[in-house]
Amino acid sequence: MLDYDYTIGRDKPSVAGIVAPTSGNKFEKFFYGPDEIMVPLYKSTGDAVSEQPQADVLLNFASFRTAYDVTMEALELGDQFKTIMITAEGIPERLARKMNQAARDAGVTVIGPATVGAIAPGAFKIANIGGTIENIVNSKLHRAGSCGLVTRSGGLFNELSNIIAINADGIAEGVAIGGDRFVGSVFIDNLLRMEKNPDVKYMILLGEVGGTEEYKVIEAVKDGRIKKPIIAWCIGTIAKHFSSGVQFGHAGASANADAETAAAKNKAMAEAGIHVPASFNDLPATIAEVYNDLKAQGIIGEIEEPELKIVPKVRRPKQFICTISDDRGEEATYAGFPISSVATPDTGKGIGDVISLLWFKKQYPKWATEFIETVIKTVADHGPAVSGAHNAKVTARAGKSVVEALVTGLLTIGPRFGGAIDGAAKYFKYADDNDLTPAEFLSYMKSEGVPIPGIGHRIKSLKNPDLRVTGLMNFAAEHFPATPLLDYARTVEALTTSKKENLILNVDGTIGILMVDMWRALGYSEEEINEFIESGTLNAFFIVGRSIGFIGHVLDEKRLAMPMYRHPMDDILYDVPKAEPIA
Amino acid sequence: MAQKAIREYDGKAIFAKHWNEYFDGFHYGFKSVLVTSGDELREKAKEHGFEWLTQEPLVAKPDMLFGKRGKNDLVLFRVEKPGDVTLEDAAKWIDEKQSHDVTLLSGEKGHLTHFIVEPFTPHTQEQEYYISATTVGEDDVLYMSAEGGMEVEEGWDEKVNEVHIPINMPDADMEKMVKSHIPADIPDENKAAFASFAIQFFKFYRDMNFAYLEINPIVMLDGGEMAILDLVARLDDTAGFMMKDAWGDIEFPTPFGMEDMSEEEKAIAEADSKSGASLKLTILNPMGRIWTMVAGGGASVVYADTIADFAGVEDLANYGEYSGGPTTGETKFYAETIFDLMTRYDDPRGKVLIIGGAIANFTDVAKTFTGIIQAFEDYAEKLKSHKTKIYVRRGGPNYEKGLKDIKAAADRLGLDIEVYGPETHVTDIVRMALEK
Repeated sequence: MLDYDYTIGRDKPSVAGIVAPTSGNKFEKFFYGPDEIMVPLYKSTGDAVSEQPQADVLLNFASFRTAYDVTMEALELGDQFKTIMITAEGIPERLARKMNQAARDAGVTVIGPATVGAIAPGAFKIANIGGTIENIVNSKLHRAGSCGLVTRSGGLFNELSNIIAINADGIAEGVAIGGDRFVGSVFIDNLLRMEKNPDVKYMILLGEVGGTEEYKVIEAVKDGRIKKPIIAWCIGTIAKHFSSGVQFGHAGASANADAETAAAKNKAMAEAGIHVPASFNDLPATIAEVYNDLKAQGIIGEIEEPELKIVPKVRRPKQFICTISDDRGEEATYAGFPISSVATPDTGKGIGDVISLLWFKKQYPKWATEFIETVIKTVADHGPAVSGAHNAKVTARAGKSVVEALVTGLLTIGPRFGGAIDGAAKYFKYADDNDLTPAEFLSYMKSEGVPIPGIGHRIKSLKNPDLRVTGLMNFAAEHFPATPLLDYARTVEALTTSKKENLILNVDGTIGILMVDMWRALGYSEEEINEFIESGTLNAFFIVGRSIGFIGHVLDEKRLAMPMYRHPMDDILYDVPKAEPIA
Repeated sequence: MAQKAIREYDGKAIFAKHWNEYFDGFHYGFKSVLVTSGDELREKAKEHGFEWLTQEPLVAKPDMLFGKRGKNDLVLFRVEKPGDVTLEDAAKWIDEKQSHDVTLLSGEKGHLTHFIVEPFTPHTQEQEYYISATTVGEDDVLYMSAEGGMEVEEGWDEKVNEVHIPINMPDADMEKMVKSHIPADIPDENKAAFASFAIQFFKFYRDMNFAYLEINPIVMLDGGEMAILDLVARLDDTAGFMMKDAWGDIEFPTPFGMEDMSEEEKAIAEADSKSGASLKLTILNPMGRIWTMVAGGGASVVYADTIADFAGVEDLANYGEYSGGPTTGETKFYAETIFDLMTRYDDPRGKVLIIGGAIANFTDVAKTFTGIIQAFEDYAEKLKSHKTKIYVRRGGPNYEKGLKDIKAAADRLGLDIEVYGPETHVTDIVRMALEK
């Protein structure tokens, strides 16, 4: 489908997404012309529809076991799909009938089941119909012609397209209705639609022995609902030679009465004024005749043959993907913005803007980028004694480079150091999401055996507040659209500080909690915010900020030129029993 | 093929299996056996639970998917008078009927293999009713009549009430409709019971995925006792995967008169059932000289049409198709079967083999031709000795390679072959083959 889209020069691919319930991936790479694009994968039709509300066609490739369920689920989503195509052959008859009726009631066109699909040349092609690009071009299926084609059979649809291309000017739209007994849209449904389509100047119907659908078409011609010329032929004239038992063709095809034989239908259609050739072999000539006649009358004009893009024969999939920055052009860009457009002060952009571009691929509003910068400045350093800074200093004193000493400090960052930001966000969010009262939250944490991250300080208390915290809270109060999680956290703080004065919401907790509020206010879903927490994004703010402090300590050591560090032995508790053998 | 006929015995067995679930208030004593010989019947009578075979008078009929058994003199319910058939009578009768071919009034000829034996159920004409259900157009239709038996077929329009039930009609509405269409000439005291049975019958027909279900006659005896005297049923076999437990171990026998399916047709049918691809073969005239191997359900019909137009059907040997992406092995097996069949009988005019197809949408033509080429290797000599002319026409993905390969292989093996691609009209090779 993507090759077709590219060849005919569509603005963008016709495939918005793929529903793959058992795939763990979020997207899959496909070629669009010479380049690869990423087509999103969804776990359910519902998910796909909420992410891609503009997609109004569903192609149902599920097997006969589940095709009914997939279609009914799609119909239940409401006004989403105008057309559903179903490839499965062998859906139980009752299920097919229920499904087709449900679609009719909902005003949705079903193509199939048991079909290879349909095509609107120059616009949209369903899956495999039409075959290779070479055949598509040979059969002029890459642009709209003047014919409307309806068949039961997929193979013969392709054949007819070829015949129509040779003897006329191609097709404007075509549908293979499918080989099963109960199909969603029958010949008359499609022909009536083509009657209304101004691009269709004449129609071709390839019917089959069995069923009475062709008679509905005859009625429509007789009462004037269809005025455009129709060329028709029913295959299966062979059946008249055999009285019983032999099944020719599709599951739908077996004459139960004389009226259902191919011969009877061909005769009746001819009598109604439909152009019926003497045999299938004569069909090309009949098509040429009607086409040339319409052309002579001026009803069909010349078709402008469009330029075609060529899909390269050899294409190599790429090993790496980058979606945040691009260094291929005149100037490297951050999420589409040239560096020079965000670097200097006159651009009005700060570090927070750069982070929002490169980490989140979005342009965050000023209040959010300023909050990010505040966080970075707040966590930049906390003195030499903390383990990370201590490590950095020790490594610097061993004569190592800035980056080596920095990395040694960063390696301490984790659940015990800097991890309270993540932890606070995770647990407070969990408690709030699950409507735990502060007391319930406390006993939950007790049962987890985990002290609440983000609560508690060595010396700061309600009476002696941490000004970093006050600063952050005031900023949020003034600039955040809302702070629901912080409001919840304050109620928890009220309870904890009633037990002990210094069990205040500390700076790590405030940062983690306000980050969640920031993302909520920016419109992220709860799943997306959970993913930020799980993936360590909050940790990342701490890492970037604290690197400033660590480098400060490293440069300080280099300035001071202190010797190699050795911990004083009198500061170590030695308790070294002699090693016992194991028997 | 979606709608498949099942034996009367199997239909009754499905009723019996689900009777309590559906037919509350009625009782069905499922006393029935399906046997293939007199001896088997005698053995069955010795089993626990089948004592009735020796204790009650019996009725025996062939259970071979055809009706009008009475008219064909194929129902044993009396030796001298109705209800005097013993086990021994039935066993002897079965053996006699099996010992020779049988030709029905409708012309089908074949061999009787399966028989259903049941107790003789005395009853009056008034106790016989007719009920059936099937699909007409998009709706289900329920047919009911106060008269059962052979009479209902004459005068159908006057005697039978039809109720058209759309597929999504809620049960409450369906029940109302059925109740208001109960045949007027059912005695008043039985109307309610019949209505209740009819509703439950319809639900059973629907839930069990029958395509056709007819009981003629159904006998309403006293006390809610029901006797299903004759049953014809077809199941929607595409529902098979959902209905395994509900149907139990069900058989879809070949229709009578056609069970002389040849070994080859049986082999292809078996390969078809095992494969995701479609492989179909019907031998029309084993001595015919025109043989086809066509891809696709639609194209194969067109080829058959065209051959009939050009040459009539006397020389058309087979109808069939292969499609849906068969493996190389499956294609080879299919081709070999055709080649074997077509080299059994001589024809001085030589044989014609048409390997045809439309322009494929997604089948890889080169891949499928590989199987045919492999079959050529094994059968080249035989094909040559029968003066076989081969015509190939195909289009679709990789068709150039496919045509090139098959031509090269045939040339190498000395086979007489002409190959054509999509620029040739799909059935033009029929004209070429038959005009010579």
